[in-house]
Amino acid sequence: MYAEFTDALDLETNAALQALAAALRARALPWVRDVIPALCGIAVHFDPDHPGLPSSVLETFREELEASFKQAGKYERAGRLVELPVCYDAVFGVDLEEISARTGVAPADVQRLHSATEHRVLMVGFSPGQPYIGGLDERLALPRRATPRTRVPAGSVSIANTQTAIYSYETPGGWHVIGRTPLALFDPLRNPPSLFAPGDRVRFVPVSRAEFDRLKS
Amino acid sequence: MKIAKPGLLTTVQDLGRLGLQHFGVVPCGAMDPVALELANALVGNARDAAALELTVLGPELALESDALVALCGAEFDAKVDGKPMPADRPVLLRKGSVLATGRALRGSRAYLAVAGGIEAPTVLGSRSTCLPAGFGGLEGRALRAGDTLPLAADAAPLALKRYLKISGRKKAGPAGMSTVRWTAPAPTLPEADRIVVHAMEGRHHAYFDAAAKRAFFEATWKVSPDSNRMGYRLAGPVLALTEAAEILSEPTCLGTVQVPSGGLPIALMADHQTTGGYPKIAEIAGADVPRLAQLAPGGSVQFARCTLEQAVALRRALRRRLDATLRTLAWEFGK
Repeated sequence: MYAEFTDALDLETNAALQALAAALRARALPWVRDVIPALCGIAVHFDPDHPGLPSSVLETFREELEASFKQAGKYERAGRLVELPVCYDAVFGVDLEEISARTGVAPADVQRLHSATEHRVLMVGFSPGQPYIGGLDERLALPRRATPRTRVPAGSVSIANTQTAIYSYETPGGWHVIGRTPLALFDPLRNPPSLFAPGDRVRFVPVSRAEFDRLKS
Repeated sequence: MKIAKPGLLTTVQDLGRLGLQHFGVVPCGAMDPVALELANALVGNARDAAALELTVLGPELALESDALVALCGAEFDAKVDGKPMPADRPVLLRKGSVLATGRALRGSRAYLAVAGGIEAPTVLGSRSTCLPAGFGGLEGRALRAGDTLPLAADAAPLALKRYLKISGRKKAGPAGMSTVRWTAPAPTLPEADRIVVHAMEGRHHAYFDAAAKRAFFEATWKVSPDSNRMGYRLAGPVLALTEAAEILSEPTCLGTVQVPSGGLPIALMADHQTTGGYPKIAEIAGADVPRLAQLAPGGSVQFARCTLEQAVALRRALRRRLDATLRTLAWEFGK
């Protein structure tokens, strides 16, 4: 089930949704398997075999959301700060030149604009630990690539529209790649396994190729 | 148990890694969990124990100790030391025998359960193989020739003990296989050349043009050869939107049918990505996803429109029937 609150990305609504999702999760409904704060709404995965599953499940979902609204204030969080090392060398940032050509921002300034401000994690999804991060400088906003790449390496830091996404695993992808992080975004043996959670504040810290290699090993 | 030949895609699966989709972790797990539960019950395991999922062409296994096994789901022409192995029932295999699971004759996936379960390490609450991210199961990958399956330490004495209990015999034959008379076939196998699967209108159903809305529920769709555990690609009429829609990525679900720009739908299966930005034309009823998973490439499917309430009712009916069978099987094992 999915409740959409807006069809245009808006950072304030997204932050409110994260608090609402936390409040809904805290209600610990036995038939709910997962509550997912998304970019513009909240998804709930439920156990279809649970004996306590209400027969009018959509209506119950709405009632539970309404009840959660009253509690949401208690779940507003400033968010943990994650400082993520990123190497913006052209060997990793394969789309830097094209971004420069299309936005008029010099490659060195792409790095500067990207790392100057604090961003926020709006959603984690697609692949394990993959963050969708909001707060990209408007001067860097570009639509996705017309033809997606068939393989984007794990750790690739990429931008599209007003977001940054970091590929946690090698997958196909259509975002513009500007650099790479040496850190593993997801490790099933770590607790928590995901480096990022919705609501985290993110600062991209530029590192040299040598520093990247050192952190990677 | 040693893997002599790995088969096409043989993985360790249980009922999946639930409750981590907010971290982007897809549940994975058996594509046909109904058949997995039955396979487990047939050897006296808990319903959520890990088993091998066989795909179209199964593995060949050499028994290094006694084991009580059951093969349930798609019909495979399995043989033990060259003799046909009965399906959908517990079979005691003695040390030294060779189980060649063969190829699927009807359906596409079967589950080989072993008494005591397959003891791959539990990662994030499940033993399921997560192929897209490479963890869980056996080193996060499909089986290879030369692998040894990690079985319960007491798998061999357990095999004999459970077999004697269900057969009522005092002792088992010294070699080859022994079995019982009763069976529990999976109700998820394709009953005809074309199966009918229930589906609800998806969130973006209204974005499609009239011809597409009609075609989705009227056409016969063919499962494409490039279908896999992540998604079933369906070949049929191209589905067009009334206008190009830019959709922000949002959560997806097992059974979501999304339509990429090419206009051919993809039904999301056990290993699907947890979010997606393509319009969703339909959501397949949970009771019918395992039936779709049993279609092999080239198989045909038609979608029948249903409501959420009907989908919930279908699932409840399936669960009731399955639970009744599981209780009967547990009784055979004295549980």
